Amino acid sequence: MPWAQEALERPCTLVALDKIRFILWGRAQHDGQLTSMSPQFPTAAAPHVIAPNSVRRVMGLVLCTLVPAIVMHVIFFGAGILVQLLLGIATALAAEAFALRLRHRPLGAFLSDGSAIITGVLIAMCLPPLAPWWLIASGSAFAILLAKHLYGGIGMNPFNPAMVGYAVLLVSFPVQLTQWLPPPLADLQILRPSFSDSLYTIFMGHLPAHLTWDAITSPTPLNSLRTSLAMGHTMQEAQSGPLFGVLGGRGWEWINLALLIGGIWLLALRIIRWHIPVAMLAAMAIPAAILHVLDPGSYAGPLFHLTSGASMLGAFFIATDPVSAATSNRGKLIYGAGIGAITFVIRTWGGYPDGVAFAVLLMNAAVPLIDRYTIPRIYGHAR
Amino acid sequence: MTAPAMHGGLRLAGNKKRSTQSALRIAAAPSQVVLPLDQHAGTAATPLVQVGERVLRGQPIAQPQGEISAWLHASIAGHVSAIELRPTPHRQQPAPCIVIDSDGSEESAAHEPVDVDRLDAVALCEHIAAGGMVGLGGAVFPTAPKLLLGRQADEVHLILNGAECEPWISCDDMLMRERAADILRGASILCRALSAARCSLVIEDDKPEAILAMQAAQSAAHPNIHVPNIDVRVVPTIYPAGGENQLVTTVTGLEVPSGGLPSDIGAICHNVGTAAAVARWIDHGEPLIRRIVTVTGSGVAEASNIEVVLGTSIADVIAQCGGYSGRVARLLMGGSMMGRALASDALPVVKASNCLVVALPTDLQPRGTEMPCIRCGNCSEACPAMLLPQQLHWFARAQDLPALDLHGLLDCIECGCCDHVCPSQIPLTQQFRDAKPALTAHRSAQAAATLARTRFEARDARLARLESERQAKLAERRKSVG
Ligand code: SF4
Ligand code: SF4
Repeated sequence: MPWAQEALERPCTLVALDKIRFILWGRAQHDGQLTSMSPQFPTAAAPHVIAPNSVRRVMGLVLCTLVPAIVMHVIFFGAGILVQLLLGIATALAAEAFALRLRHRPLGAFLSDGSAIITGVLIAMCLPPLAPWWLIASGSAFAILLAKHLYGGIGMNPFNPAMVGYAVLLVSFPVQLTQWLPPPLADLQILRPSFSDSLYTIFMGHLPAHLTWDAITSPTPLNSLRTSLAMGHTMQEAQSGPLFGVLGGRGWEWINLALLIGGIWLLALRIIRWHIPVAMLAAMAIPAAILHVLDPGSYAGPLFHLTSGASMLGAFFIATDPVSAATSNRGKLIYGAGIGAITFVIRTWGGYPDGVAFAVLLMNAAVPLIDRYTIPRIYGHAR
Repeated sequence: MTAPAMHGGLRLAGNKKRSTQSALRIAAAPSQVVLPLDQHAGTAATPLVQVGERVLRGQPIAQPQGEISAWLHASIAGHVSAIELRPTPHRQQPAPCIVIDSDGSEESAAHEPVDVDRLDAVALCEHIAAGGMVGLGGAVFPTAPKLLLGRQADEVHLILNGAECEPWISCDDMLMRERAADILRGASILCRALSAARCSLVIEDDKPEAILAMQAAQSAAHPNIHVPNIDVRVVPTIYPAGGENQLVTTVTGLEVPSGGLPSDIGAICHNVGTAAAVARWIDHGEPLIRRIVTVTGSGVAEASNIEVVLGTSIADVIAQCGGYSGRVARLLMGGSMMGRALASDALPVVKASNCLVVALPTDLQPRGTEMPCIRCGNCSEACPAMLLPQQLHWFARAQDLPALDLHGLLDCIECGCCDHVCPSQIPLTQQFRDAKPALTAHRSAQAAATLARTRFEARDARLARLESERQAKLAERRKSVG
């Protein structure tokens, strides 16, 4: 304590000493360090051993488990995702810092907790790899500023910030959000755009001269399925195009498998519990299976649903966001099942090709109600 | 025998080896003892001696007050030098204590051993009370009132607690290893006092020596010891398996009702240390004047279990174990999960002092910066009371008493599991401990309001009835007049 040292060295020691003693005594009492004697040992409330865990560690591990999916993304859709990720993270951090400054919160602890990074990453993973820079930037900023900090920052947001950001983009810029690259298809002579091409496109808003949109973009498999079915094609015809692979959309199936692996990794790390993903995927697969059996011509099968769009990302990385999810295990089952069912309904009959974002937001809104009616039985209370 | 799994709980590093390497030691008699009058749960005892009076070792020096209270005995022979407020390890505020200065003699008060078979069960309970017996597991609930409560159940199941689930503590382990016969003898006395139908002993599976010792003692039991048929249950080492409620559920498969006691479902738990102390009192006339204390932690030179005269200063005990080695980061009474951090070692050993942990910084994993709750659910997964600590945290901050009640704040056993696993490093247990008094007050205020309302409604109804009777009579009279 340098100031105390300094005071001690000054000549008017007596007064200073008394003052210091008074201050130290008051502080110690305030910290609960004193009972009736001067403390010989520091004290603290039990428990005295805390598991070495932190929000930063949890968020860091979530990021690690996303890596396989990002690798798949690069393999199938080119390096655009990397640019999007960097942009998403940078904007999210900037928005977080801005909001923390406005709210007079310590920057260090909150900026480094990793939660803003996750928000930026999740939005980036939902956007087309060559989407213009302002799309990801405005989405992340919106997510952090309005969906997170308007509600009080980390831990206080009722809605998943990434999904709020994405949904706002989806409603405002539907065209840009459906311009997906097809996977590099040898049969169609389509090449992956290079990193520099991606960078150029994302920042300039148009393609470099040697590329044309028609040559490199296509609708997502979910989108193409919808259009094709609307044109009166049967499911088999719709799925016979070059966009479709063994299980679901070509490329998409691999990304979803990588996400599934990441999700299982998260389960093994005990960062998420099984309830939400299992309930969500089941609620999506079971109706799909029933309808597919009844009318295979008009309805895609369960495997297609599970391996397309944001199914796995939603099940393991978005719906499981604990802050905006239901609390008890029973509540989580209901919450997850709700997301799965709503996603299926939107995909099958709704106005958007994929419904994960809206399903998550709708169920977020239902969480207080779910929590109210799913308080688990407490030890010693009647069953 | 396997046991039903407890909800939640934690697998913690036990750190018990440090204190179980050496045999049980006996501490030297101190020159002075400080004996708090309130070192048991319930009402403090009132002194029977005056300053200056000479007392003998084992002489009663304070008597119980009210139903839940306990006798206190002089733990050394000497003169009462003071009866005054002194700092104690078990209370925040200084507590009234009797201070005895030794006169060097070993003179003991005469207590005749008792023939258990000659006493009826209730008289036996009263005699156990006279020995100053309290639970030695740390909760120090007076033994006799607990026995009498247990006798009210139809069929009693005595459960001996040798689980010792808290990290660092090994005094029960050592007792079971070295004095298994005493525990069995105590168990038989307690069974008789309770008229118990069954008796179980619960030991965690990290104490193989203790399990073997207890089993061996049971098969080699002395013919004049009425050993009840104790079934030894080995349970997995999961904190807090030794919590009273968890223990009862493990053994009986039943849950202790919220706000109730184990005796409500016919179970009574006693610590193995209590059983051994009861045997010593009944058979040898020695009241509760000493106990085994685990002295451990990296900051003490010779970690061990040591039998200490109650009232000995903690500094003295630690000195007898080789003294401090290193810069002490914390001195705990109890284990690392529920123990109290002591600000000083100039405090007496009390009946609740099961363990002293002299912790160096390496023994502790202190809290990091507190972050907001991210609702990760680790806490509710670990909570043995099946609560939702994240919700309790939220409602405690909002001081929403009805919601706290609904979410079972008063069912929290303050085990610390939720704290331990929280990535946001929130001091949840402390928060719950602090919130409980307000909720208890709220509950009793509500009960009073309900009572007042029913009274008021009853009065209203009575007045209305009287009025209508009066009207009816009036009408009757008018009719008869008319
Ligand atoms: S463990 Fe901590 S952060 Fe996780 S839900 Fe419980 S209180 Fe919140
Ligand atoms: S301290 Fe209370 S809320 Fe926390 S785990 Fe233990 S019983 Fe549950």
